[in-house]
Amino acid sequence: MALLSIRNLSVEFATAAGPFRAVDGVDLTVDQGDVLAIVGESGSGKSVSMLAMMGLLPWTATITADEMSFDGRDIRRLSARERRKVIGRDMAMIFQEPMSSLNPCFTVGFQIKEALRQHLNLDRAQRHARAIELMDLVGIPAPEKRLSAFPHQLSGGMSQRVMIAMALACKPRLLIADEPTTALDVTIQAQILDLLSDLQKETGMALILITHDMGVVAETAQRVQVQYAGQKVEEQPVEGLFATPHHPYTAALLAALPERATTRRLPTIPGVVPGQYDRPAGCLFAPRCAKATEICHSTRAPVQGAELGLARCHHPVTQPEEATQ
Amino acid sequence: MTAPVIIAENLARHYVVGGGLFSKPQVVKALSEASFSIEPGKTLAVVGESGCGKSTLARLVTLIEEPTAGTLRIDGKAATPDTWASLRASVQIVFQDPYGSLNLRHRIGAILEEPLRINRPQMPAAERQAKAREMMALVGLRPEHYDRFPHMFSGGQRQRIAIARALMLEPKLLVLDEPVSALDLSIQSQVLNLLMDLQERLDLAYLFISHDLSVVRHMADEVIVMYLGRPVEYGTRDQVFEAPRHPYTKALLSATPTTEPHLRRERIKLEGELPSPLNVPEGCPFAPRCWKAQDLCRQTRPELGDGAHPAACHFPEGH
Repeated sequence: MALLSIRNLSVEFATAAGPFRAVDGVDLTVDQGDVLAIVGESGSGKSVSMLAMMGLLPWTATITADEMSFDGRDIRRLSARERRKVIGRDMAMIFQEPMSSLNPCFTVGFQIKEALRQHLNLDRAQRHARAIELMDLVGIPAPEKRLSAFPHQLSGGMSQRVMIAMALACKPRLLIADEPTTALDVTIQAQILDLLSDLQKETGMALILITHDMGVVAETAQRVQVQYAGQKVEEQPVEGLFATPHHPYTAALLAALPERATTRRLPTIPGVVPGQYDRPAGCLFAPRCAKATEICHSTRAPVQGAELGLARCHHPVTQPEEATQ
Repeated sequence: MTAPVIIAENLARHYVVGGGLFSKPQVVKALSEASFSIEPGKTLAVVGESGCGKSTLARLVTLIEEPTAGTLRIDGKAATPDTWASLRASVQIVFQDPYGSLNLRHRIGAILEEPLRINRPQMPAAERQAKAREMMALVGLRPEHYDRFPHMFSGGQRQRIAIARALMLEPKLLVLDEPVSALDLSIQSQVLNLLMDLQERLDLAYLFISHDLSVVRHMADEVIVMYLGRPVEYGTRDQVFEAPRHPYTKALLSATPTTEPHLRRERIKLEGELPSPLNVPEGCPFAPRCWKAQDLCRQTRPELGDGAHPAACHFPEGH
């Protein structure tokens, strides 16, 4: 049985101008030991779907799903109190901005131990020992001394390591990393990505990596799920996705990468992601798609079979050559 | 060979910080010994991590700040504070964040005409408007956008507006400070293509500041790699990307993720992080993180030197 299974998740926000659908019928399955990347541009709903599952969305959000289960338990039916017992222990999350995710008023030691105090029956000395062990695990030098440091005394890379230590405090079975390296420099990004991969292999936990960086996806993920305007448009193992993308959006996105370009002028995707007011009736990508036909503009796209990467498209790309054009 | 638009020699900028009631002032050497030149129609890229002095360099080149030491010649004339006013039109800048760099209360037309209103006050209003409309067409904005406000535009279009505004005074050099890093991938390529089109059409020189090496590789003719306020390697794009000489350049290239999953490789792992610019180590600033560092590196700082492909390293790769 899958560790995390979500079917037909939708999230709607009540805005002053009417409801806005940020996530639209997303499916997601993660098994123990999986590394799944969710990739998409801003506004594709990749963070919102995870926040919905963690119960971290504000009251303006309406969450509906056919299934949302973690480790066999239905998350939808959990009370807030019960949910808090799961979150932070069995599933944990790392956020994009390490500097602003830590509480500036407390030492990092206190913040790491807080998770231990909430979820595990450890005494003070054991918590202290475990905190040092965690700081060591994430590669923070001189952990005993750093435990009494305040967040402003740490660099961005170190803060992100503290966030990771905190997330790992109770040995979660699922770790969700939301753009964990976007705010960091490349050499520090490489360190953090290596750290996450190593920890994932050591502990066998499942890892969901939310990112917009195709390079990060290619280097860390096993399986990739591409989102566009709140919908999942494709899902494939990482090699397959980069070799033969099946959805025209994925194909165009990959072709637009400067390092894959064959000509000086880069291939572009015309137009912009649809917003709240200009959501197309048919396929959401149709207005920007080079392959769009009559049917794409009028009818919502069906989801293709697994052999076509579950592409949500009327005319999926099947040939690698076709994809690069 | 055409005359370079800009020649910088040994540019430096130091800031004095602190110096409160009980603390001594300290000097941050944000930039030291930066020398380069850019010809019309060429792109010089500056790469490096945060705190390496990229943005300080941009501020010096755009004449926002005065260099502490070194000389800057723009368009054949020495840039000193008394000639700044006459040279500012030749150098314009596009900032990273298109949301923060446009005045939300001004219409696009007013934003584009403002540089003319300030620098060419005698120009008639009708001519200003004609110029603004012409520029909008050039960067791919539609005529009806003239009367709209910035909030009605997406990030990519705002960056087009910022580029149009920078071009209003017909500059020779455009400083691009991370022009695409705030944009989504599908929009990034549109803006990069626009920049390439404009460069060809107007023979512009670009100083392209970026931390994204794949973008730099696509855009640049020449590359400067900076570390802690100093250039550590300077060469043509192919020299720097194909045969990097400085270990830091090698590490930077190796740390950049590639989009070929089957090429996952062992990365060069840099230990530690960038030292504080207040407390730059003796000797080579990169030595504490370098895997090749020897005693010599910790004692004397290597000079960048001359030549076709200089690298500030005692033990450069290759050659």
